[in-house]
Amino acid sequence: MAKKLNIKDKYRLLTRDLDWDFSYEDRKEAFPFEEFEGIKITDWSKWEDPFRLTMDSYWKYQAEKEKKLYAIFDAFSQNNGHLNVSDPRYVNAIKIFLTGVSPLEYQAYQGFAHVGRQFGGVGARVACQMQSLDELRHVQTQIHAMSHYNKFFDGFQDYSHMHDRVWYLSVPKSFFNDARAAGPFEFMIAIGFSFEYVLTNLLFVPFMSGAAHNGDMATVTFGFSAQSDEARHMTLGLEVIKFLLEQHEDNVPIVQKWIDKWFWRGSRLLTIVAMMMDYMLPNKVMSWKEAWEVYFEEAGGALFKDLARYGIKMPKYAETIEKEKEHISHQAWWTFYTHGHAAGFHTWIPTDEELDWLSEKYPETFDKYYRPRWELAKKMEAEGKRFYTKALPQLCTTCQIPMLFTEMDDPTQICYRDTVYNGDRYHFCSDGCKDIFEDEPEKYVQSWLPVHQIFQGNCGGPDVENVLADFYRMNLGADNMDMTDSPDEKRWKQWKGVA
Amino acid sequence: MPVNAITPDYKGEVLDKQENFNGNQVVYVGWDHHMMFCAAFAYPVPPEMSFKTLLHEVIPEAFSLHEEFSSVNWETTEWLLDGQPFIPQMDVSLKEQGVNHKSLLRFQTPELKGFQNAGV
Amino acid sequence: MSKVYIALQDNDESRYIVEAIEEDNPEATVIHMPAMIRIEMEGRLTVNRETVEEKMGRDWDVQELHLNLITLGGNVDEDDDSLSLHWNE
Repeated sequence: MAKKLNIKDKYRLLTRDLDWDFSYEDRKEAFPFEEFEGIKITDWSKWEDPFRLTMDSYWKYQAEKEKKLYAIFDAFSQNNGHLNVSDPRYVNAIKIFLTGVSPLEYQAYQGFAHVGRQFGGVGARVACQMQSLDELRHVQTQIHAMSHYNKFFDGFQDYSHMHDRVWYLSVPKSFFNDARAAGPFEFMIAIGFSFEYVLTNLLFVPFMSGAAHNGDMATVTFGFSAQSDEARHMTLGLEVIKFLLEQHEDNVPIVQKWIDKWFWRGSRLLTIVAMMMDYMLPNKVMSWKEAWEVYFEEAGGALFKDLARYGIKMPKYAETIEKEKEHISHQAWWTFYTHGHAAGFHTWIPTDEELDWLSEKYPETFDKYYRPRWELAKKMEAEGKRFYTKALPQLCTTCQIPMLFTEMDDPTQICYRDTVYNGDRYHFCSDGCKDIFEDEPEKYVQSWLPVHQIFQGNCGGPDVENVLADFYRMNLGADNMDMTDSPDEKRWKQWKGVA
Repeated sequence: MPVNAITPDYKGEVLDKQENFNGNQVVYVGWDHHMMFCAAFAYPVPPEMSFKTLLHEVIPEAFSLHEEFSSVNWETTEWLLDGQPFIPQMDVSLKEQGVNHKSLLRFQTPELKGFQNAGV
Repeated sequence: MSKVYIALQDNDESRYIVEAIEEDNPEATVIHMPAMIRIEMEGRLTVNRETVEEKMGRDWDVQELHLNLITLGGNVDEDDDSLSLHWNE
């Protein structure tokens, strides 16, 4: 009987030994993106693959995951699983997921397919190819899972059109556009390392656990199925950074700059997840602050201690980031609440019980700075004047988020930063976003800022209602406005037989 | 290096240059320590518009939802233009007093403490 | 010393894997959360094929771990007999 190969040998034979040398073509022309970022690779064969997954095993395990997943989708759908969610408000978090996150999976698929072609080393190429396929699987399974909700709730009907146009969705879209427009090594530090290793955990672990806790079997199942690939992605992210740092000392400052940039970009992007966890999960698992402490401070801290031997330091704005965990979820939900007429999902005032939970979880900040905002909203609503903002907000040029963030040592004051480049003024929500712009202004002068695009007449009009209904394709009166008296709420009450 | 690109001397297209705003310029107006409004507001207005028009005809629609707005004493209000102390001239155009495309105007009313005196 | 961690979906297969981890890593902390089980430990944590096979009563490939894995933290060492996580400090 032939001896069964061990996984190391099998991996070597089915990856490294399938590569070839360039005998009559110039290798540099085959991999044209490899040098312009300043990264120096002396020996691709030093690349280590901790998970030695070959293509045949990959298909085997992925097929098994898919079988399990689709069996659950069928069961969920056949048993009217949407009726088992804790509260119809919860479904609005899933609308954000479909319009804001799932299209990023598609961008990740495109990004990894691109870099998987551009790296000169075969180990890196194989790992990126698998990740690219994983990401395509994620977008497909997410659309499939959420298609069930589309039959019963508003706001799911045009997610990919909306992703390309809606004001708040330019935040996740431009984040990935920024990464994909960078060179292949920066993309790997941006998405493979910063995003996958530290930040996606916050979305796919505590938030998905929250989905389970709120009776959403479909979402927790696709979430954890996606995340089972993520463990491999995280390992690739860690591998790529160690590889770059070991290849040449000149790589260290370049990598550090990318870490500083992408941890900041990522923490800004996660503001929306912070809000989903603290305000959109009726049954609570943990607060955003607690999740941040476990997955960013503890896990990220361990990671940076590990990388210290290469001379890598904690990301530049870590101290600001640490203070912001007390504030950003509240600032973001207030922004969406006050822009509830222009959002593709419903917003609401937290219940008294939820306000008390927030006070308990945020003893330093909630009662002092944020409860008064909700008292004001309640007062206005009681007077029959539900508060909807009547003008468009100023946006940050880099992260494209409305300039809603405050100074951390003065939480009732908006944080304003600006710079002048080639005679034009640019505004930023933070030092982090300002520094990123100043490092590559020719990139960010191209920011497609939704508010400015509306003013330029590029989004239809003339009124905001026309932009929302025609350019964004929102069903006004159904997709937007307060949860109270929404068609979603009325249908839910009908299903449940309550008045 | 203004950008790290594979194309030599890469230049980005400035999407928000003033010419793109059909004769208008963008002006941002924010009210410090009044967090009822999550961010400063952006307005597309003609550069020839007087400060008085901006103050009394453009910004009240959004800001007047705050119960303190009608109590603002515009005689004593302190202003910042792009971060610098600024004394507006009511009858002079925005452009002529340095309120340019994408300028930020902030007004401060220290005597008005916001809803529940909480800076809201 | 930093903590390494691993999280698994809360299901019938993971139950045996968690039992095996607890047996081989007595210092590990097991945290049950909705739909998931998180295990953390200072320094190094190892999943041994033999122990898992004993608990499950069948052959088990270390790479099958991928089916139930949610997330992990630490440098990974994987071979035919085990998977381990550690930080270099």
